[in-house]
Formats: sequence, structure tokens, C-alpha cells
Amino acid sequence: MFGAATAAIVIAMALALIRACAGPSLYDRVLAGNSFGTKTVLLLGSMGFLSGRPDFLDIALLYALINFVGTIAILKFFRYRTFAVSMDGAAAVKPVFGEGDRQ
Amino acid sequence: MNNDFVPTLTPIVLLDLSLLTMLIFVAFTMLKSRHLFAVAMLSGIYSLLSAAFFVSLDAVDVAFTEAAVGAGISSVLMLGAMLLTSRREKPVISNRAPVALAVVFAVGSVLFYATIDMPAFGDPNAPANVSIGQEYVERTPDEIAVPNIVTAVLASYRGFDTLGETMVIFTAGVAVMLLLGAGSVRGGKPVDDVPVGDPKDGE
Repeated sequence: MFGAATAAIVIAMALALIRACAGPSLYDRVLAGNSFGTKTVLLLGSMGFLSGRPDFLDIALLYALINFVGTIAILKFFRYRTFAVSMDGAAAVKPVFGEGDRQ
Repeated sequence: MNNDFVPTLTPIVLLDLSLLTMLIFVAFTMLKSRHLFAVAMLSGIYSLLSAAFFVSLDAVDVAFTEAAVGAGISSVLMLGAMLLTSRREKPVISNRAPVALAVVFAVGSVLFYATIDMPAFGDPNAPANVSIGQEYVERTPDEIAVPNIVTAVLASYRGFDTLGETMVIFTAGVAVMLLLGAGSVRGGKPVDDVPVGDPKDGE
């Protein structure tokens, strides 16, 4: 059963990978990267049960945290263009890539 | 020493094969793509894939470092570098490509030739499993009393080396933060080295 679940997760990873490569827009890629991170978390969980040692489940939890923070960081970066938001306030806020961002 | 170990095709090996296939696919797509944002996202995906592969190889600490540094920090740093330069890579001059291709193939074939001498994957008679590694496995519970042997080696047997590595990584991180200008706010005004009225490159 765990083998079937792992195979399904690997197929889902391949599909997310194709979306990340094909694009075409910025948000497709961000979403594909985020869902790929989620699939990695699931894969680590099912891999632990598949090999009979589910000791690394806490590592999978930490991956979920890293994935969340990373996606927030990327999106915030596109909104503000920097890590530290300028104290000017709204003056520095302008979207870098608009809706029409195509490859 | 008997060398009749034959690796079998378990589900874990199949999983490793599919992860490695995806790694190769991501690597070639990153090479082909001229769209730098796609390359930055794909490098994060590459790190996640190799982290999953490291977990499957039981190198959990390496996998954790790879996920935190590769997928977390460095994809954001790549985006920062991309915003400082350009969003698209210039096309490669194609008449230089055959020389580079020949060099890559030569080095790659030498590396493949070197793998022939390596012991089979998971071989219990491999040098890593019989000589001094076994010594650490036997002595760690008495000498260090840490359940994870890798932690014992990293933090105790080679503690000074790890301390030096940590200092190097900390220095590199501080340098990157200074270069990218995180927190470059002085007196309420963002610091910019482009003079006023000078059109910025790429805008």
C-alpha cells in the first residue's frame, strides 16, 4: 500500500515538475515549486514507512516549515523587491512582475 | 572478504531511480532555459529533489542542510541576484559550444570510468562499512553517548573542524547580506548607488 502511495506521489511530483518547467507565467512556477515542496514532505513520510523506519517523520515536518517560509519569502520579494521593507512606506511598494509576465 | 553481494531491485531502489531521473531532467531544463526566474525556481526544486534523495540514502543531516540552504535560502538569494541583473540570460554563442562539449564529455567519461572501481551500492563489504567507520559505530555509545553517530562525529570527534566550517558559513552569509543590501535603510531613506536621474539598467 505504501508502495502505491509512493508511486502516486512520484507521479504527482513529475506533473508539478512539468508545470514548473513549462510555465508560462510567474505564478505557475511559484505554485509548482510550492506544491513540489509539499510533495517532497509527503514523499519523505511515505518513504519512511516504505523502508520500515518511520523515524524521520519530524524531518518531513521541518521540510513543510521550510517550504512555507520559502514561498512566503519569494512572494514577499516580488512584492517589495527587497528583504527589508523600506521605511518610506508605500513609495517603495510596486509590483516588479505584472500580470503579463510571459516567457 | 567475499564479494558476492548483488544489489536487488527493491521499491526504495526504484524510488531512487525515479528521483535521479527527475534530477537529470531538472538539470537539463535549467541548462536550456534562458528565463532566469524559471531557473531560480527550478534550482529550488532541484534542492528539494536531492534532499529527498539524501534521505533515501540515510544521510538525513545532509538532506536537512540541503533543504534549508538549497531550497530555502539560496533560491531567495538567486532571486535577489536576478533582480540586480537581468531577467533573461543572453543566448550562448554556439560556435564555442563544441569545445566545451568535448571537455565535458572527456571529464564525464573519466568520472564514469572511476565509478567502475566503486563497490556496489549498499555493499556491506565496502571500505566505508568495514574499516574505521565500524570503529566509530562501536565506540560512539560508550565515548559520546549520542544516539545519532553522525552527530557524534560532527560535533565531538571533529568538533573543531565543524566550528571552523560554521565560521566560514557565517562569514559568507554576512557577506551576502551586505552585498544584497538587506536592511540598507539609513535615516528612513533607502540607500541606492545609482545617481538620481540616471536610468537604471534593465528598466
